[in-house]
Amino acid sequence: MKITLDQDKCVASGQCVVAAADVFDQRDEDGIAVLLTAEPPADQATDTRHAASVCPALAIHIQE
Amino acid sequence: MTSTVESAGESPAAVPRFPMTRAAGCPFDPPPTAVAQQKQAPLTRVRLWDDSTPWLVTRYAEQRALLADPRVSADINRPGYPLQVALPPGGGSASFVLMDDPEHARLRRMVTAPFAIKRVAALRPAIQGIVDELIDDMLAGPKPVDLVEAFALPVPSLVICELLGVPYADHDFFQDNSKIVIKRDAGPEQRMGAQRALLGYLDDLMGRKLADPADDLLSGLAERVRSGEMTRNEAAQMGVLLLIAGHETTANMIALGTLALLEHPAQLELLRDSDDPKLVASAVEELLRYLNIVHNGRRRVALEDIEIAGERVRAGEGLIIANDIGNRDPDAFPDPDRLDIERDARHHVAFGFGVHQCLGQPLARLELQVVYSTLYRRIPALRLAGDIERVPFKHDGNVYGVYELPVTW
Repeated sequence: MKITLDQDKCVASGQCVVAAADVFDQRDEDGIAVLLTAEPPADQATDTRHAASVCPALAIHIQE
Repeated sequence: MTSTVESAGESPAAVPRFPMTRAAGCPFDPPPTAVAQQKQAPLTRVRLWDDSTPWLVTRYAEQRALLADPRVSADINRPGYPLQVALPPGGGSASFVLMDDPEHARLRRMVTAPFAIKRVAALRPAIQGIVDELIDDMLAGPKPVDLVEAFALPVPSLVICELLGVPYADHDFFQDNSKIVIKRDAGPEQRMGAQRALLGYLDDLMGRKLADPADDLLSGLAERVRSGEMTRNEAAQMGVLLLIAGHETTANMIALGTLALLEHPAQLELLRDSDDPKLVASAVEELLRYLNIVHNGRRRVALEDIEIAGERVRAGEGLIIANDIGNRDPDAFPDPDRLDIERDARHHVAFGFGVHQCLGQPLARLELQVVYSTLYRRIPALRLAGDIERVPFKHDGNVYGVYELPVTW
């Protein structure tokens, strides 16, 4: 699984952090999402997929 | 209203009126006409107060697709935008909620930092303190008591005042005015007056934050005014928006959510007797889905022709994206009319979707988690004082809920 995050699209909802805190974080200054790991381990796959599905800005893309 | 529409079903000119009326005795369910529209098609037409006939987007998948579509505009001043009431002379509000990118993104990013997950999570002890204190007062006071006045409204009001840096002593003033702003049947004069009063209040407060900044959200905005990133008027508008959005919605979720749980005692018991914070979080998501207190639809207008679900939405046509019905779409939520706090409802659209999704959702979720995990445990015998038939529901409001909720224990 490979993840890309489009920070220009991100609206700082933080829903990715709630869904997968080991994969996503937020910048302190504006809450824009930050990718902690572009290739999360297999046990994070479900949470990561969920993060992508609840992202309101469709800013998270997953390549399986 | 409902029966007129249904009996006129054979005529092609019959377009149901929107907003629609809930069925008597079903205070938590979407209006029957809306449910019928959803069964009929993902996109149907409705007739508004001004006789315009925008699309009603009824199904979950199409709602998410359109709310996230850059060819769809949230700009209230565009021709074809499905207005709830006539625009005042000179155009609509200057709130970023009713703007498109890049202006929307520029302004929204000025206030996203305080709503980041970790910043909000740090407020948990303060929110718990507010909730505990209000429950102490309730337990010490007379009963029955109106839960709205004693608890549901003060919780989010105290929290948003603390976050923004608004003196809570002024809460009567801004609660009275914001009630008028969101009341559906308030006249345009009355609504504008209330808006002006709130804007004047926030502008004055912004002046004080400019002179004497503190560690709060409004002082953060004042700093941006000083650095030239935004105008003082933009900052004051933002303050009004956050103040209104911050207390009215959550207050309704607390009171209506409590009533829904009281009417589903097995679910309430499950929540009350569990120590699992995950169940509390899941109960919050399910109640947000089930109740979806924003019942007037997210309003948009198409910028281009859009092909969706076998329909062509033409440029300039209005869209009403009815998230309350979307959250009851059986394709997205099996057995959607059942309140089930153990289901995974996290993908609901109660906060909207797309770039305009509710900014305050992390705060709302946290407040509701603290409330729902504390109130019923501390007052296990909590019950409705009187008949549900006597509870005054906000059928005329832009945010659905109850005006009063008499409870006892």
